[in-house]
Amino acid sequence: MDVLIAQSLTCVKQDRVLFSDLDIILRAGELVHLTGPNGAGKTSLLRILAGLAQPETGLVHTNSADTYDVPLLYLGHKLAQNKHLSAIENLTYWSALHRVNPSVESLYHILAQYQLVGLEDLPTGQLSAGQQRRVSLARTELVQAPLWILDEPYTSLDVTGVSFIQTRVDEYVSRGGCVIMTSHQALSSSHLVRELVLEYQI
Amino acid sequence: MSPLYSVIHRDFTLAMRQKADIFQPLTFFVLVITLFPIGVGPAPETLQKIGPGVIWVAAILSALLGMERLFRDDFNDGVLEQMQLSNLSLSWIMFAKVMTHWLLTIVPLILISPLLALFLNLTMPMYWALLATLLLGTPILSLLGSIAVALTVGLQKGGILLSLIIIPVFIPLLIFATSAVDTALFGLNYLPQLAIIAAMLCIAMALTPMAMSYAIKVSHQ
Repeated sequence: MDVLIAQSLTCVKQDRVLFSDLDIILRAGELVHLTGPNGAGKTSLLRILAGLAQPETGLVHTNSADTYDVPLLYLGHKLAQNKHLSAIENLTYWSALHRVNPSVESLYHILAQYQLVGLEDLPTGQLSAGQQRRVSLARTELVQAPLWILDEPYTSLDVTGVSFIQTRVDEYVSRGGCVIMTSHQALSSSHLVRELVLEYQI
Repeated sequence: MSPLYSVIHRDFTLAMRQKADIFQPLTFFVLVITLFPIGVGPAPETLQKIGPGVIWVAAILSALLGMERLFRDDFNDGVLEQMQLSNLSLSWIMFAKVMTHWLLTIVPLILISPLLALFLNLTMPMYWALLATLLLGTPILSLLGSIAVALTVGLQKGGILLSLIIIPVFIPLLIFATSAVDTALFGLNYLPQLAIIAAMLCIAMALTPMAMSYAIKVSHQ
């Protein structure tokens, strides 16, 4: 099943063509690793796929089946959490926005899995960069989506954090989810990883 | 929690954590209006004459003062991105955010206005007219101002640009509002002015949410 189809995408930034006529089909149960040098347009491509940015030309079509809460989950460079709110509050408000209302106990349970025991009620501004990233990634447990778009999810995570997120991603892909992610390190996944390389164009 | 209620609840919680943001426009408003009688002299007729204008200008400037922060944190943190990607319409979210902001920063100004009307020697009919124009007019300040805020949120130092965009738009509102209060001084009917302000509010409520959400989407490009 196709979860996202993008046709002849072209992106232009500051008079530089980042990519042109790019076709992408993402299927369920697929792990796609988007690679390329800095400035190749990885983030721009992910933002276009997520629907946050409009491509110069081309179309993006997502599968909006009713069985899911949202057609896709996008976790970008910005962590989308307010530093004055605690992890629990940030996640509660975010879930409510997506019409999901997890109980506080389930949120504590999820945060415990993400190694944030005892930090649930602190303002997230007081957490370390890696811990803030974990709070942001904990969103993947809350909302059912057929596609995850993860932009550098491993930034500031420690070694155990990286392997924990990798197993989460693998489980999700086994369940039939699709993941497209960027990362400058090689993915040590148990699944077949499809590499998608963006070249730096002048 | 329903999605829209969660947006409002979140903004209330955040405002309670950062109370300074609520009190800054209020203290500015009170300060400006208390300084005027000292500056222009305490003659009751002069104060009565300039009173409506002073209160309205102070209200516009204090509204501007708090406005720049309206979407800035949520934009920089990426919360607005997630709001755009949720199934809820961004126009509704923006409308809810602006109205919450109005409740938190502007309604205190309206609540304290009887005291300030006393400072400026406004008569009772003038005060009621002032209250009516403030209640109808200040949501227009918030709604129109938020379009400019949404447009400049992605820019560094958008503050000056923001004031330049907003101030000319507020001039018609200022003219009708002060004219209503002046009319009330002579005991005449000021409903026509109120009707015009109410009409402006209706148009603003209908159109600005779409403009705001479009501006945010452009800022996210």
